[in-house]
Amino acid sequence: MARESSDFDIPEAVAAPKRGWSPQLVWLIPIVAVLAGGWLAAKAILERGPTITISFKTAEGLEAGKTKIKYKDVDVGEVKTISFTKDLSRIIVTAEMAKGAAPHLVEDTRFWVVRPRVGAGGISGLGTLFSGSYIGVDVGKSTTLREDFEGLEVPPIITGDVPGRQFVLRSQDIGSLDVGDPVFYRRFQVGRVVASELDKDGMGVTLKVFVNAPYDQYVTPETRFWHASGIDLTLDAGGFKLTTQSLSTLVLGGVAFEVRADAPASSPANANAVFTLFKDHTQAMRLPDTKSSIYTLVFDESLRGLEVGAPVDFRGLVVGEVAGIGVSIDPVEKTIRMRAEVNLHINRVEMSAGSAAEFAKLPSDRKSRADLLVANGMRAQIKTGSLLTGQLYVALDFFPDARPATVNWKVDPPEFPTTPGGFQELQTMLHRVAARLDKVPIDKIGTDLHQTLQSFDKLAKRLDSEITPEARLTLEEARKTLGTAERTFRSDAPLQQDTRETLRELSRTAQSLRVLADYLERHPESLIRGKKDNKQ
Amino acid sequence: MSAVTAAEAGLLVCHACGLLSRPATGHHLACVRCGESLHVRKPDSISRAWAFLIAAYVLYVPANVLPVMETGSLFGSQSDTIMSGVVYLWHSGSWPLAAIIFIASILVPGAKMVALTVLLISVQRHSTWRLQDRTKLYRMVELVGRWSMVDIYVAAILTALVQFKALAMIKAGPGAIAFGAVVVLTMFAAESFDPRLIWDPVKERHG
Repeated sequence: MARESSDFDIPEAVAAPKRGWSPQLVWLIPIVAVLAGGWLAAKAILERGPTITISFKTAEGLEAGKTKIKYKDVDVGEVKTISFTKDLSRIIVTAEMAKGAAPHLVEDTRFWVVRPRVGAGGISGLGTLFSGSYIGVDVGKSTTLREDFEGLEVPPIITGDVPGRQFVLRSQDIGSLDVGDPVFYRRFQVGRVVASELDKDGMGVTLKVFVNAPYDQYVTPETRFWHASGIDLTLDAGGFKLTTQSLSTLVLGGVAFEVRADAPASSPANANAVFTLFKDHTQAMRLPDTKSSIYTLVFDESLRGLEVGAPVDFRGLVVGEVAGIGVSIDPVEKTIRMRAEVNLHINRVEMSAGSAAEFAKLPSDRKSRADLLVANGMRAQIKTGSLLTGQLYVALDFFPDARPATVNWKVDPPEFPTTPGGFQELQTMLHRVAARLDKVPIDKIGTDLHQTLQSFDKLAKRLDSEITPEARLTLEEARKTLGTAERTFRSDAPLQQDTRETLRELSRTAQSLRVLADYLERHPESLIRGKKDNKQ
Repeated sequence: MSAVTAAEAGLLVCHACGLLSRPATGHHLACVRCGESLHVRKPDSISRAWAFLIAAYVLYVPANVLPVMETGSLFGSQSDTIMSGVVYLWHSGSWPLAAIIFIASILVPGAKMVALTVLLISVQRHSTWRLQDRTKLYRMVELVGRWSMVDIYVAAILTALVQFKALAMIKAGPGAIAFGAVVVLTMFAAESFDPRLIWDPVKERHG
């Protein structure tokens, strides 16, 4: 290569065409970056939802920055921080909600932690075993917005989006019921128990049940609710009775409701209507106790075996039940009166008459009706319902022979006349027999009997000493006589021989007579003419 | 240091093949040997580097705030930012791994941007402060730049591998894009920067 250049052999650069783009264009890159960054930031700020706090008893399973808040299994927020309340009694979860969730964070929105739970009613939240717990939401219906929530410790049984109605039940005790237990209508599960709490005064229990639509329409003001818990084994005057609603209630318990068959048709009950929760089906189906139907029955006999709730029966038809049992002692008159208060639905006994005109004459009010029945001999009596258990019941019946009595309207409750029960009657009769037996002079009878026996003894002795020897003589005589007689009648005895001869003679005589008779028949003339000479 | 630089001698060095050439007439010159365009110094070196660096700074924020990886599995979904991944690894006891990711993904890109900023400012101010150290710093920035992509590689590989639909799924998050952009932009910035500019003030002072 020629070294025509100055110092060293350095080649000369060649001219090149101008580049197509301005170097200033490089500034587009930071501008784009700023735009992109700004857009992301704006998006983040705009999409940022409200921040809320939820307090829980424990943060078990919750993790700041990880735990999600889900509504119908869709993420609507995330737990940001977990801290304590000032008194360390609860934890406070600060959560950032999705923007769309803002209008739903209202007064009655509920939060709870979804964890795996195993209960008698089933297993829930199994998925959270692996994915970790999350916070569930039930959106409320209120319009008042809220930012601080108190989390539920147990998931709600019924979430707000389930149609139906809630009712309030009052009961003496909760039995074996628990929140989440089923509610049955004609053994069909139609709802659940959603809440239970002890009344503030401690005198009862208030339960809330939720009946799903469309079954909530079957709850009317006339509906009766009762405990359908476990096995209902009753042992009363009617004998043994075993009732269960469904197999699951054996373990879990539940509530059942039904409308009384004779209740008037009515429109569905309002939500949150209050009902009484009866102990069992029988109680639930009883007619309501009204003041006007209570009577007092006074008995002289023991009421052992008669229980409150025992039936009052009219020839097999239950017309009431025992409402109370008591005793009153009158120290002046020295009487003990066993009192039984009964709920008597005498109107269940329908009255009929031959004609409409006569029917019209029949009394319609309770008082005169009862008077009429009593005048016709209606009485109450105690009867044994079951010999096995000794349960008693009250029976009403007509006793035409009963002493006349009337209903005592002066006392309150009025006193209905009674008559001793069948068993009691038997007892009284035995008493009378015993009393009479008591009067018999057994001592005297004994003495007399003794004397009699003594004279018998004397008689026997005399017989032995006086009569026996004579009798022996007599017997000897008799034997002798018999011996003579025997000799006389022996076959070879002369008497016998003679007799036999005589008989033979007699026989021959008879023969001759027959021949004579025959001859006379053939020759009657011979009587006159004499025997014909027939020399042949 | 009294060595004559190519620029002082009125010569040009090809960036691509290193051939020294004499300038010819004309505004735009090209290397005789390889055809690469020739400049005394990289044109608009400082302003280009600034542009890339500013863009990188801007994107550094979303890169660290937005999730890099979204993991969805049978047992729920989860999205992780670079920092949350580091924290998770640290808590689960994998300290070396946590350190590696922290250094490669957070510390290095940040340090690189800071280093470039220092270099750019010092060059603009014609500083002669610790020339050799600054040159070393530049070399390190160039060398270490690509290693920052470790995170992106991990995310990319996992995204490609773990796709079992309902069972498990991994998606690259928006943070990954930003992060990748940061790394690439810093590499461009380092590339745009002409280290010879560090030494130029020396002659100016002397001359």
